[in-house]
Amino acid sequence: MKRVRGRIRDFAVVALAALREIFDEAAYARFLSRAGKASSNEAYAAFQREFEEAKLRRPKCC
Amino acid sequence: MLHCMDKTLAILVWGTVAALGAAAVGTVAVHRGEPINALWLVVAATCCYALGYRFYSKFIAAKILALDGLRATPAERLENGRDFLVTNKWVVFGHHFAAIAGPGPLVGPVLAAQFGYLPGTMWVLAGAVFAGCVQDFVILLFSVRRDGKSLTEMAKDEIGPVGGFVAYAAVISILIILLGVAALIVVNALKASPWGTFTIAMTMPIALLMGVYLRRIRPGKVLEVSALGFVLVLAAIWGGQYVSQNAALARMFTFSAPTLAILIIVYGFAASALPVWLLLAPRDYLSTFVKLGTIALLAVGIVALHPTLHMPALTRFVDGTGPVFAGKIFPFAFITIACGAISGFHALISSGTTPKLIARETETRMVGYGAMMCESAVAVMAIIAACVMQPGIYFAINSPAGIVGQAPAAAAATISSWGFPVTAADMQALAHAVGEQTLYNRTGGAPAFAVGMAHIFSHSLGGETLMALWYHFAIMFEALFILTILDAGTRVARFMVQDALGHVWKPLGRTSWYPSILATSALIVAAWGYFLWQGVKDPLGGINSLWPLFGISNQLLATVALCVATTIIIKMHRAEYAAVTLVPLAWLVAVTFTASWQKMFDPNPRIGFLAQAQALAAGPATGATSRLIFNNRLDAAVTGVLVVMVTLVLVESGRQWWGILSGSKEARVKESPFVRTRLVEEEL
Repeated sequence: MKRVRGRIRDFAVVALAALREIFDEAAYARFLSRAGKASSNEAYAAFQREFEEAKLRRPKCC
Repeated sequence: MLHCMDKTLAILVWGTVAALGAAAVGTVAVHRGEPINALWLVVAATCCYALGYRFYSKFIAAKILALDGLRATPAERLENGRDFLVTNKWVVFGHHFAAIAGPGPLVGPVLAAQFGYLPGTMWVLAGAVFAGCVQDFVILLFSVRRDGKSLTEMAKDEIGPVGGFVAYAAVISILIILLGVAALIVVNALKASPWGTFTIAMTMPIALLMGVYLRRIRPGKVLEVSALGFVLVLAAIWGGQYVSQNAALARMFTFSAPTLAILIIVYGFAASALPVWLLLAPRDYLSTFVKLGTIALLAVGIVALHPTLHMPALTRFVDGTGPVFAGKIFPFAFITIACGAISGFHALISSGTTPKLIARETETRMVGYGAMMCESAVAVMAIIAACVMQPGIYFAINSPAGIVGQAPAAAAATISSWGFPVTAADMQALAHAVGEQTLYNRTGGAPAFAVGMAHIFSHSLGGETLMALWYHFAIMFEALFILTILDAGTRVARFMVQDALGHVWKPLGRTSWYPSILATSALIVAAWGYFLWQGVKDPLGGINSLWPLFGISNQLLATVALCVATTIIIKMHRAEYAAVTLVPLAWLVAVTFTASWQKMFDPNPRIGFLAQAQALAAGPATGATSRLIFNNRLDAAVTGVLVVMVTLVLVESGRQWWGILSGSKEARVKESPFVRTRLVEEEL
């Protein structure tokens, strides 16, 4: 039972990590830690300036 | 002793999977007469994917690619916290799948269902296991071994400058044609549909609200704002019902196809030129949330309901006289279904962000081969959604007015005369059930998919009373999906054109210089807007002529990718295994060349562009005749250019292979040098 609960927790952790990566929340967290900033309107604007152009160069499939 | 038991168990388990798969594929392939249950397709697909992954991808990984878990990947060697980042394999898998899964595997199989469920199912299964998954896997690995280089750069390095140039030209052509096709599907889905138009219109202010929330109120909380946006979109779907039932509001949101085309062109330009954070980024997040959720929900619905397929295995339209699109199974089934079986576009993603995130070479198999298998499974779901409908209803929705007539009674009589009974009353009842004024002539695949999906959802989740809601959810899902491709694709194409024009005049290459942004956005929007306008205006053109062009150009890119892969395999001294990429390449060349030839020169005006131009010239002249003749000649010219590009890449690649195999050229791969990983002992 304990093992099953552990497995479910592991799955939830990975699923949340995948969602955070897909939705760029993890990228923003990395940006904040790299820049040594706290989350704020200005920090998010700076993150978007740095990140979005590169992101929008990525092709998406049909 | 223990090892021996494990081996016996493995043989037993895989033997059972193989037997079950053979039985399911056999049933799908040879069963005729009585309808079969959709679970046969699900079982056949599951077993084929399991066997393909366990044995074929392992064979490729071990014998050809020799995946090396000790070799450091670019994510480790070049880690910078931005593009290059060591990432958990499941997270990379999710990232890769979210990027490759678009509307293509949903719409293509629905259109190809006019041949019956069998051709599409067989092509999706065989194409994915032996071609699409292989392409994605090998290109991902080769990019990982070259510091995450793009397909264009690898083509230039391994085949030569011509390969690189053609890859670039192919990407631009595909983007433009894809965007035109995508926009036309949205127009066909929304015309005369106030409910759908209202819901989609509402996603714009919702996206703007999300953009402001994300930027000003709760910076960076994307998951939170996406969940909020999702709830608001559901409210907009619900509200659409009241709009469709109120005469004044319904009139306000009922647009003709040309008006919708203009609105979409304006939207594409705005999305490309406006600040990213305001419109594009929030719509992208919203779309991802809806996409992943709906695909999961559809899979659950199909297994829970396990519906019966009413479409026969093969229809009479295998002879090329189909109303949805003209042309025989070979080559058009293999052109119409691209993304669910093999898509050249995936090679761009396998050589884009994904190779920069992979922690170990050994994970490329799961990410590259595995994610494409999941995409192929989405295509199987689309086939099921199209084939659970009564065939008469399927053809009434998907046949253009030019083929079956405008009047409901005449259309129903024509379709019934083909052996697929349907009545005007059936269609009226269905339209009423889904909250539409009419479902006739709703070509493009999206409305038919929505009806099939609503059927599955309403029978498994909520009952008949929710049919209308699920239908409009499906329409919104597809339109949202496609509009995201449209806006993001326009922007990607804009960047590519700016990069190229920057070589001519430097300021044009600056992506933040507004005159350049406006000029290049207008250029790209005009290019796909032309194909959209042509499709809206031309009763014989539209999706019928554009989808094969998209398939041809997409598979041209797959041809480039497979040429690169084959060249590298030969250079790696694995020529004895080159058939793994060479056979899919040969098949794609046969399909692409035959389709191109027929699209250009077939004497049937419904297939050949030039024949249609000739027929128009010989017929009575109207105000639009000269433009339609020009459109058809242009389509023929575009197809001809694509064929020349395929030929150039093939000749260049063939020269490389001949040189290496005959010993006149040195076989030297341009890989990054081996560096031992430091991650082996560490947990990611």
